[in-house]
Amino acid sequence: MLAVLTDPAFAGFLSATMRLAVPILLAALGGLYAERSGVLNIGLEGAMLTGAFVGFVTAFATGSIAVAVPAAIAAGGLFGIVLAFYAVTLGANQVVVGIAMNLVAVGVTSFFYRLIFGAGTDRPRIDTLLPPGFGALADWPLIGPLLFRQDALAFLALALVPLTWFVIARTRFGLDIRAVGEHPEAAETLGVNVAKVRYGAVAISSGLAAFGGATLSLAATGVFLDGMTAGRGYIALAILILGRRHPLGVLGAALLFGAADALQLRAQILPTGLPFQFLLMLPYVLTIVVLAGFAGRGGAPAALGVPFRRLKKD
Amino acid sequence: MTETPPLLSMRGIRVAFGAVVANDDVDLQVAAGEIHALLGENGAGKSTLMRVLAGLIVPVAGEVMIDGAVEPLGSPHEAMRLGIGMVHQHFMLVPTLTVAENVCLGLPSTGRFLPDLKAAARRIRDLASRHALEIDPDARIADLSVAGRQRVEILKALFRGARILILDEPTAVLTPQETEGLFRILRALAAAGTAIIFISHKLNEVMALTETITVLRQGRVAATLRTADTDARALARLMVGADVRLPTLDDERAAAPHDDGKSDAAARPILTVAGLVCRDSDGVARVDGASIEVGAGEIVGLAGVDGNGQQELAEAIVGLRAAEAGRIAIAGEDVTRGSVARRIALGLAHIPEDRQHTALVEPLAIRDNFAVERIGEPPLSRRGWIDRKAVARLASEVMAAFDIRASGPGQTAGTLSGGNQQKIVLGRALSRDPRLVVAVQPARGLDVGATAFVHRQLLARRAAGAGVLLVSTELDEILALSDRILVVYKGRIVGAMARRDISVERLGLMMAGKAA
Amino acid sequence: MGSMSAILARLPAGLAGSVAAVLAAFLVGAALIAAVGVSPVTAYAALFEAALGSANGLAETLVRTVPLALCGLGIALAFRAGVFNVGAEGQLFVGGAAAGAIGVAGAGLPSFVLLPAMALSAMIAGAAWSGIAAVLKLRFRADELITTIMLNYVAIHLVSFLLHGPLKDPNGALAQTARLTSDGRLPVLLGGTRLHAGILVVLVAALLAHLFLWRRTEGFRLRVVGLNQRAALNAGMNVRRAVLIGFLACGALAGLAGFSEVAGVQRRMIENLSPGYGYTAIIVALLGQTSPFGVVAAAFLFAALQIGATTMESAAGVPSTLTTVIQGLVVLFLIGRDAIPLIGDALARLGDALARLGRRRA
Repeated sequence: MLAVLTDPAFAGFLSATMRLAVPILLAALGGLYAERSGVLNIGLEGAMLTGAFVGFVTAFATGSIAVAVPAAIAAGGLFGIVLAFYAVTLGANQVVVGIAMNLVAVGVTSFFYRLIFGAGTDRPRIDTLLPPGFGALADWPLIGPLLFRQDALAFLALALVPLTWFVIARTRFGLDIRAVGEHPEAAETLGVNVAKVRYGAVAISSGLAAFGGATLSLAATGVFLDGMTAGRGYIALAILILGRRHPLGVLGAALLFGAADALQLRAQILPTGLPFQFLLMLPYVLTIVVLAGFAGRGGAPAALGVPFRRLKKD
Repeated sequence: MTETPPLLSMRGIRVAFGAVVANDDVDLQVAAGEIHALLGENGAGKSTLMRVLAGLIVPVAGEVMIDGAVEPLGSPHEAMRLGIGMVHQHFMLVPTLTVAENVCLGLPSTGRFLPDLKAAARRIRDLASRHALEIDPDARIADLSVAGRQRVEILKALFRGARILILDEPTAVLTPQETEGLFRILRALAAAGTAIIFISHKLNEVMALTETITVLRQGRVAATLRTADTDARALARLMVGADVRLPTLDDERAAAPHDDGKSDAAARPILTVAGLVCRDSDGVARVDGASIEVGAGEIVGLAGVDGNGQQELAEAIVGLRAAEAGRIAIAGEDVTRGSVARRIALGLAHIPEDRQHTALVEPLAIRDNFAVERIGEPPLSRRGWIDRKAVARLASEVMAAFDIRASGPGQTAGTLSGGNQQKIVLGRALSRDPRLVVAVQPARGLDVGATAFVHRQLLARRAAGAGVLLVSTELDEILALSDRILVVYKGRIVGAMARRDISVERLGLMMAGKAA
Repeated sequence: MGSMSAILARLPAGLAGSVAAVLAAFLVGAALIAAVGVSPVTAYAALFEAALGSANGLAETLVRTVPLALCGLGIALAFRAGVFNVGAEGQLFVGGAAAGAIGVAGAGLPSFVLLPAMALSAMIAGAAWSGIAAVLKLRFRADELITTIMLNYVAIHLVSFLLHGPLKDPNGALAQTARLTSDGRLPVLLGGTRLHAGILVVLVAALLAHLFLWRRTEGFRLRVVGLNQRAALNAGMNVRRAVLIGFLACGALAGLAGFSEVAGVQRRMIENLSPGYGYTAIIVALLGQTSPFGVVAAAFLFAALQIGATTMESAAGVPSTLTTVIQGLVVLFLIGRDAIPLIGDALARLGDALARLGRRRA
């Protein structure tokens, strides 16, 4: 039993699980803020892509990841504010707005990428963030590969799990978010500014998703590719459902998806006999299975996806 | 010579939504410790006036004075600061949060960044015991009874230091006994110096509880008088502006002496419901073994306090909700698993409570709304091709018969007034000559004229031999129209009463689940 | 500017909104072009000259219109049924693979048998792929927005597997099917260009979709279900059936788009059959206000944009991905038209404030 736990292949799998879970964990934590406040943030995908792009460009220009990450988060926040203008102020269909914003993000990032770096075949690279050396800690069974082979961004992401729980469960902002997501009229009559709370929640939401996107270009690959998020923003929406919109549940669900991704990467090298395309499908198929198994079981905020109009008539 | 100014004084209030004037030159004065009724029909402008007071609407003209000083009222915070608290008709409570969390919501004084729920809970217990309100601060709202939620609403206002307490139609969701309980609480609050504004359209309650009455009609003050100096009949006249009487079954019987309501109804049941069970998504049995029979040519009133399963029962009968156990038959045919279309074909007509969402397709033209149930039948279509002239013809006929005021059959249904929308629903349902009518709160939101029209239509269907199941939380409506009354409580039929045996007191006890 | 708003005011509300959104998106696009240091007039002139200025350019634009319009029609029908099917991309791939497989297997059959067989199999394959999402929604209540996007990725990997394996041309090195025989190709309509009969398929499909929506009882039911499902249910309509029709129609039309790309353009099934037609078609459906002829017009516009963009890039040095930006902006402006009164209010308030300030100064 212990032999399995210390097996290098298994340790490698665990370490990859966490590494692959981080981007979708961040996006899903972001989605949690928006959905608990009653806004369906389909734009997570576009926010991730924006973050991946802005993070990459900033790191390329400044050479500093410490500058690149806040820049990516700020760009994501801006993306969220635009989305909130449509979803909250104009009361537009949140699905349509999200899809539109995602398409705009694809266009804008690839337009400016070409503008900045040209259309040559030589892809500019940045040095990826490496895990700080933890020495012998990295060889602890289970904990070692899960935690002590990760980079600083992964630790930040993990720290956001209890922080998000605290914000939602204990703070006034969290109370406002929960109230506005369940019964915006009640919150409004008590003097809570529904629009303000939702703007804040969506901005945080998209900012965190952008952070998640930035980990793709800054830590995982060191390059920016058109559409490199490859549907992770949508997978994050499924993670939210599976994790019941609770930070701990979201962490568990994100790890499950990270494990699926790690598994398919590993399996591609092994002589499984399975065509690699079927392994590549695994995360997407898992998303579908999760949706089919857990959707429609309730638990969603009552006002999710419903635009709120201020009381005008009686 | 200085007189103490009244606690609240509103002067010359005017509110307009576009071209519609909801309040026009309204004056209202309420003293500390006074219980003041604001009486008026649906749409008379009561709620609008109170929303001005709650800081939710800014009037275009007029001023509000508290203790004689003119105060700007532009936000709920402002209203709260001035000691104005409102108990809304539809409770403004977040069901997933606890009592304490609801009370702390929007109240920075309980902690700007980290609300101190424990301290709030202590204050809630304290306040509750002082005003004899039974409340557990740690309970989730969703787990409370309706009366319990109402107590939380009152406490929420008191917690915020309310000196003026507004209650918008607070008895609509209560049994007669719970209403008595509420009145005791309100009298005690008034005795302690709180000014109470009691919004209602129920004359007997206004007469029983209040000291002063302001009657609103079409957005203006029709009269302000002392309760002791008036009576229900005079108030009714002031409310509607004329002597309008709603039709009742007794008028019908007086006109047709052979109609004793017993005919051969029992022999020809048009609707049979036996042992019906329906659960909601959480697995709670909303309908729990209900049995009902409606005969041809009778109106059966289903009375009950809102939320006791009558909604779900009606939905199951018309086919919008699956039955878990039991049996439903229309005109003798088992339709427990039958489609809505099958039920309609058997003669079912449904007048749902929530007409905007359940009956109307608001973005569509009126004529298309008339066609939704029978688009597949001639003359509206042949071999799947729609005959647009026939659709328009049908619409024109029904619009004439039901006096629907619109620019034409092409007008979008969503742009019509509530009364005209209800007439579309009625017209569509009743112009097919149905054998069974399921009408849920058919007069909700309508003024007296429209209500009279709706009631006449239901009586006309009864006279034509149809069975009518009238589901209503308005006891007056049930009493006026029903041949028999059934009472629903927690998803079960707990009592039945023939018209000649009706006792309001017994009905009230049954509605509260107490055997009578 | 005044005459422009007068023209817009005379158009039906929906059409005016679409036209205004396109103009606004082009305006922002012009700002981006100017930011690159190129004259917007030069760039746009190059774009439209290339797309519409010659018989060949126009032919290319029409060729590009075909997949956008067919997918757009499908998505529009799904939207009308209240179904957010964004899976046209995957449905197109699956349809293309089916058409390619049948086209290769049926080599030797006469054209009037082979082409309909390819088209039909593509439609069935697309509808079946869409049907998976329909079953997931109707049976398991899984939101189609996410399932259809996930199915897009699955479809692309699945088709890649087929082209590397069972469907691979045994005599070639690339992951693609063998070349179709001339009997398996859509006829060219205009000699010297690539314009193929697929554009006629588009026109017939648009006409049928129009008749279906506005003249057929099933179309009426589909619209009612899309507008208010509960009311449709209450009126005795079969809601699940209408939703299913929405899914299947979308899949069949997207599959047909795959067929027309295979039989009209590529002449074989390839791995990169679509550069995202199924996604662009979402915008096409919205810009066309989900009305069939509007969708065809919107598809033509976006096709011209895409065809012209390549020339614009080589002639004026503006990245061709500008078109993607413009396409996205069109939607944002389209759904953002409710902002116009808000902006008007804000300007009026600003004006008032300035006037008050002026008076105080005076």
